[in-house]
Amino acid sequence: MLGELGEEAKVLAGGQSLIPLMKLRLARPSALVDLNHIPRTAYIETQNGHVRIGAMTRHADIEDSPAAACIPILHDCAAGIADAQVRNMGTIGGSVAEADPHGDWAPVLMALGAEVECIGPGGARTVPVSQFIKDAFSTVLGPADLVREIRVPNAGPRSAGAYVAFKRCAPVYPTASAAVEVKMLDDDFCQDAKVVLGSVGLTPVVVAEAASALRGQAITPHAIRRAAEAAMSAADPQADLRGSVEYKRLLVGVLTERALLAALARARGERVEVAHEYAGR
Amino acid sequence: MPAANKRVRIRIAVNGTPRELEIEARRLLVEVLREDLDLTGTHIGCDTTYCGACTVLLNGRNVKSCTVFAVQADGGEITTVEGLEKDGKLDAVQEAFAECHGLQCGYCTPGFLMSTRALLSRVAHPTDAQIRKGIAGNTCRCTGYQNIFKAVRAAAGAAGK
Repeated sequence: MLGELGEEAKVLAGGQSLIPLMKLRLARPSALVDLNHIPRTAYIETQNGHVRIGAMTRHADIEDSPAAACIPILHDCAAGIADAQVRNMGTIGGSVAEADPHGDWAPVLMALGAEVECIGPGGARTVPVSQFIKDAFSTVLGPADLVREIRVPNAGPRSAGAYVAFKRCAPVYPTASAAVEVKMLDDDFCQDAKVVLGSVGLTPVVVAEAASALRGQAITPHAIRRAAEAAMSAADPQADLRGSVEYKRLLVGVLTERALLAALARARGERVEVAHEYAGR
Repeated sequence: MPAANKRVRIRIAVNGTPRELEIEARRLLVEVLREDLDLTGTHIGCDTTYCGACTVLLNGRNVKSCTVFAVQADGGEITTVEGLEKDGKLDAVQEAFAECHGLQCGYCTPGFLMSTRALLSRVAHPTDAQIRKGIAGNTCRCTGYQNIFKAVRAAAGAAGK
């Protein structure tokens, strides 16, 4: 059907980005294909620690899922997206396929090393989220392709992540966000780490230097500070109504540090709650 | 004819009454509720998925009806602010908003009532943080948040009795 409708047609998932964009005339699709009534597209399945999430799964369902209880970074993200109304309609597949630079899911899924299963006339293929997103609002999906599923690998023992975003109020996109995933050798030594920033580049920013500041190191306040500083230099923010370049860089440092501390505590088995931070709270 | 103007038949239950409608595919749920069904209690505020004045329940969950095409709701159950009252008796949430003066100009109130209803149906005794999170998608431009917050708390208390 999408093949017949041509390149100007778009698919409608939750519609929480697409419908406002259409109202603002920033998107003018020639036709919409509604995915909402296709059966078996909303599910969360866990097997041997691997999680498969159907593209049409709503953020609110991920927030309340047993999978998010086991992998708290999924909860951090799902529970903080926009507001309750948007979380009830918006889908993870739609968010990833939209590839909005301010989207919450992409940095989190990249930190987790997740993959996207795409389907289309040519069959199915699985692409890491980091390769799936090509540019702002641009993915590897062809005009007749769809996202079918998001796959989160088992991170193994002593692994944990955290996602902290800062936004001006609930319904808006974050000003900046930091997703951190760590794998520890023991309580002190870090085996591997990933730091991915959202909203401060055209695509999520993977901070390779933050990872090398932590990998194979004893986690000290100094190592954490170095990782946060690496995140500040790697960020490539634009000045806008949400803040200046300098402000956003400082914010990235703080968010990275907070996410890292939460991830480390979780890797030690502690229960730590983090949430999207708001202005004025 | 553009696909957007194609007329589509949908079946929805609105405040418990089954409705069969033939509507253009492009129309939003809020437009169908207000213009076709004359349920003008649901308000249009910002019309850009921000303010929450248009909040209704779709299958028990609060959604912004300005950001849902009516065809997306096909087969669903919708509750609007008109559906809160049962047998001439106000819902506990409405009572609490009246009691605590949880409204000033009243424009945002239907949306707040529906988000509060959805929150309390899910969590009977929410913490203050859960209340804040539950109504964060609704904006009151009179900034009457203190009393709105008190009203939600009171409604939760009343539901517990």
